[in-house]
Amino acid sequence: MFLTFLQSAIRFSAVFLFGSVGETLTEKSGNLNLGIPGIMCMGASGAIVGASTYVAAVGGVGGITAWGATLVTIIFALLFSLLGGLIYCVLTATLRCNQNVSGLALTTFGVGVLSFFGGSADTTGFTVISGFFRQSFPIGDNPNWFETLFLSYGCLVYIAIIIAVIAAIVLKKTRVGLNLRAVGENPATADAAGISVTNYKYGATLIGSMIAGLGGLFYIMDQTGGVVEYTIDTYGWMAVALVIFTVWRPNWAILGSILFSILYLLPNYVSVSFAEREVIKMIPYLVTIVVLVITSIVSRRESQPPAALGLSYFREER
Amino acid sequence: MAKPVAVQMKGISKFFGEVVANKDVDLTVYEGEILSLLGENGSGKTTLMNMLSGIYFPDEGEVVIEGEPVVIRSPRDAYRYKIGMVHQHFKLVDVFTALDNILLGEEMPRYSVKERAAELKEEAAEPRYVVDNDDAEAPVKTVRATDTKAGRAKLALRTAVLPVVKLFKKAQFNWLPRKRGQKAREIAAKYGFDIDLNKKIYDMSVSEKQTVEIIKVLYRGADILILDEPTAVLTPQETEKLFDVLRNMREDGKSIIIITHKLNEVMEISDRVAVLRKGEFIGAVNTSETSIPQLTEMMVGRKTDLNIHRGDPVGCEERLTVEGLSFTDHEGVQKLKDVSFTARSGEILGIAGIAGSGQRELLETIAGLLRPSKGTIVYHDPATGKDENLVKKSPAKIRELGVRLSFVPEDRLGMGLVGSMDIIDNMMLRSYKRGIPVKIDKKHTVNVPLILDRKRPRQLAERIIQELEVVTPSTHTPVRRLSGGNIQKVLVGREIAAAPTVFMAAYPVRGLDINSSYTIYNLLNEQKEKGVAVIYVGEDLDVLIELCDRIMVICAGKVTGIVDGRTTDKETIGLMMTDSLSSENSEEVAND
Repeated sequence: MFLTFLQSAIRFSAVFLFGSVGETLTEKSGNLNLGIPGIMCMGASGAIVGASTYVAAVGGVGGITAWGATLVTIIFALLFSLLGGLIYCVLTATLRCNQNVSGLALTTFGVGVLSFFGGSADTTGFTVISGFFRQSFPIGDNPNWFETLFLSYGCLVYIAIIIAVIAAIVLKKTRVGLNLRAVGENPATADAAGISVTNYKYGATLIGSMIAGLGGLFYIMDQTGGVVEYTIDTYGWMAVALVIFTVWRPNWAILGSILFSILYLLPNYVSVSFAEREVIKMIPYLVTIVVLVITSIVSRRESQPPAALGLSYFREER
Repeated sequence: MAKPVAVQMKGISKFFGEVVANKDVDLTVYEGEILSLLGENGSGKTTLMNMLSGIYFPDEGEVVIEGEPVVIRSPRDAYRYKIGMVHQHFKLVDVFTALDNILLGEEMPRYSVKERAAELKEEAAEPRYVVDNDDAEAPVKTVRATDTKAGRAKLALRTAVLPVVKLFKKAQFNWLPRKRGQKAREIAAKYGFDIDLNKKIYDMSVSEKQTVEIIKVLYRGADILILDEPTAVLTPQETEKLFDVLRNMREDGKSIIIITHKLNEVMEISDRVAVLRKGEFIGAVNTSETSIPQLTEMMVGRKTDLNIHRGDPVGCEERLTVEGLSFTDHEGVQKLKDVSFTARSGEILGIAGIAGSGQRELLETIAGLLRPSKGTIVYHDPATGKDENLVKKSPAKIRELGVRLSFVPEDRLGMGLVGSMDIIDNMMLRSYKRGIPVKIDKKHTVNVPLILDRKRPRQLAERIIQELEVVTPSTHTPVRRLSGGNIQKVLVGREIAAAPTVFMAAYPVRGLDINSSYTIYNLLNEQKEKGVAVIYVGEDLDVLIELCDRIMVICAGKVTGIVDGRTTDKETIGLMMTDSLSSENSEEVAND
């Protein structure tokens, strides 16, 4: 019982992990992308469009192949979320619109996009494609605890963790990461050091968006098993909260996302009343507020958000 | 001049909208010299140098290096031509270590697949000569690697994997090595910088940050160093240290351009002086052949009186009595220890001390911004004759009591003015609570609260602009767009307009040019003549002695003495500033 609970929590955590790693990268460039929930919705929309286009192209369920289906779906999900990120970048980095407004607008837009494609697409064959995404390591019918906890997930869960680890390493150990952090902390300094602020903002935001978009894909294709659901923006907001919770560290997000998903799924595994259930669902946000309070009391400079987060950068402004 | 030319600027002009920042400037910098770029605020010194360092691009004119005109469009271009600039507002990332800041933006070596492929091809096609003893007719044979099938296959394979090699090379260079910064440490040692490169910037003092900036520029290979007002934030001792380092660099053949308006320093450090006025180049002279009055004239355009006219104290009633004041900050450091003094009307009380000795805390405690742990601050009201204790009262409360206290804080745009608001709005900060005056009949007006009166603040703003000669495009320009001197004039003007009885100013001339500085001194003297008790915190001891009637010396939060400005000298004050410091330190060591 507890094992299954933990297993499903770890699996579900991928949604948060994709979202928060993507948002962390974006925020490290100084872009406070509140459009992440929308971008995750767009990733999901991409997956829906990709899968239904693929099924139509191969002539029905019979023609589906594992590699073809997964690749096409992933590519579409990436393209859709890339488009979301691009909208955000053009608005904030090129046109220098207010980041909060642009982000919130993008979220509203993404939710709409998901409703549109989710409602209109032909979902024939989705369960089959979902089966490919959910394909785990070969474990028997009676897996032991190790196999259950570590080997029983679809590829996207592992990809999420690998991406989080890579993101952490890139941020901490590489020149690209150093430059990116400099752009988010003090764009004028980065600019004077010869770093292209715009390129880094675009790069980080677009890559971050694509990673977040995979979260949407994961939810539709793995978590729900090919059934279109419209709750993705909720998880998007939790992912944004998770970024603060993990004080902008993708490696901590791995554990943080599992914690969030444990808290989120807990009501399904314990018998509680409706009211108690809703209270438990609030806990992740409460914990985030507590973390915010603690980090601001401790006021360690390394635990603070990037100094230029949410600000547009103009070179010739004094 | 025997020295070779390092860089030449010819006919440079730069316009910001309708504002002419630089007009037809010609400037030549030689190798191995220290050049001072002198000019008043807003004379276009920084703009000119920003064009050399790639922040701005000139609208007209050209930059010539080694006889060739060059285009500098970005800081990176500037580094390519070995030009680096230390800006007045440091460009450092606070949460990084000094080293990471220095390494930031280092250019990655290029790895071109195409070039490498061409190289491999050439290598393979290179003929080799093999001696074949069996063949009597032509024993020496030319063999190429591409002649055999295996050789061609090898070449194709090596070419094919090049993109992968490139990826690895890039990743390898991208990796930040654990032991990095050997070169930066060598530079620091070479020029005599004393700094821990693993320290985080936010833990550093201003002088340390400046050191990091200079090492950063040197690390990037700059031979021409531009320093924008490097001494504005330094103590005299730190300035000396900096100058030593700069002299070391000059010995090393580097060219150094110092943007400044401090004439003493110009005379002390530079070999040549170039003067700008209102964006135009006035001339360049050798420091050894010029004098301070001549430079002032070049800079200001007319002969300037560099004397402060100190009148005798007027009235001399006790206005503010501070008794046993102590203050401990939130980190538990005791910033003020048992401070007692009296400020009298009609005189200027100077406060001297090493930066950070508690001057700021003292003024902020009096202004009601900080709460002292002990002591009293008694204000003697000249109108009512009553005494008021100001301790633990907020600034608003103090004003309600009718205490007319004006405060020019050292942090002008942080505490004094709101940078993004215009001059009128900044005037309103002091008056908005009064509300709008409404005439009820011919004799009486009442102030209706909650509705803003823009008329009087606008008149005040216009008056200040006119009387203090504030240079601004309009009253609606955000104050942070003004130059330092003009910002200060706006602030001082507003505080004076409040008709204070106590006027406190902390470093009011910091970062200001001569003309603006003397305007401020004159304003302080005017206030004194009006019978205001002026408290002036300054750093330039010569000015303190010339300006103040009495000087209180403060050291590590303790008053070490109050001397008469007319009879004292620099050495006495300097001794009081430092002598007790050393005894203070020994005391602390004993306590530990």
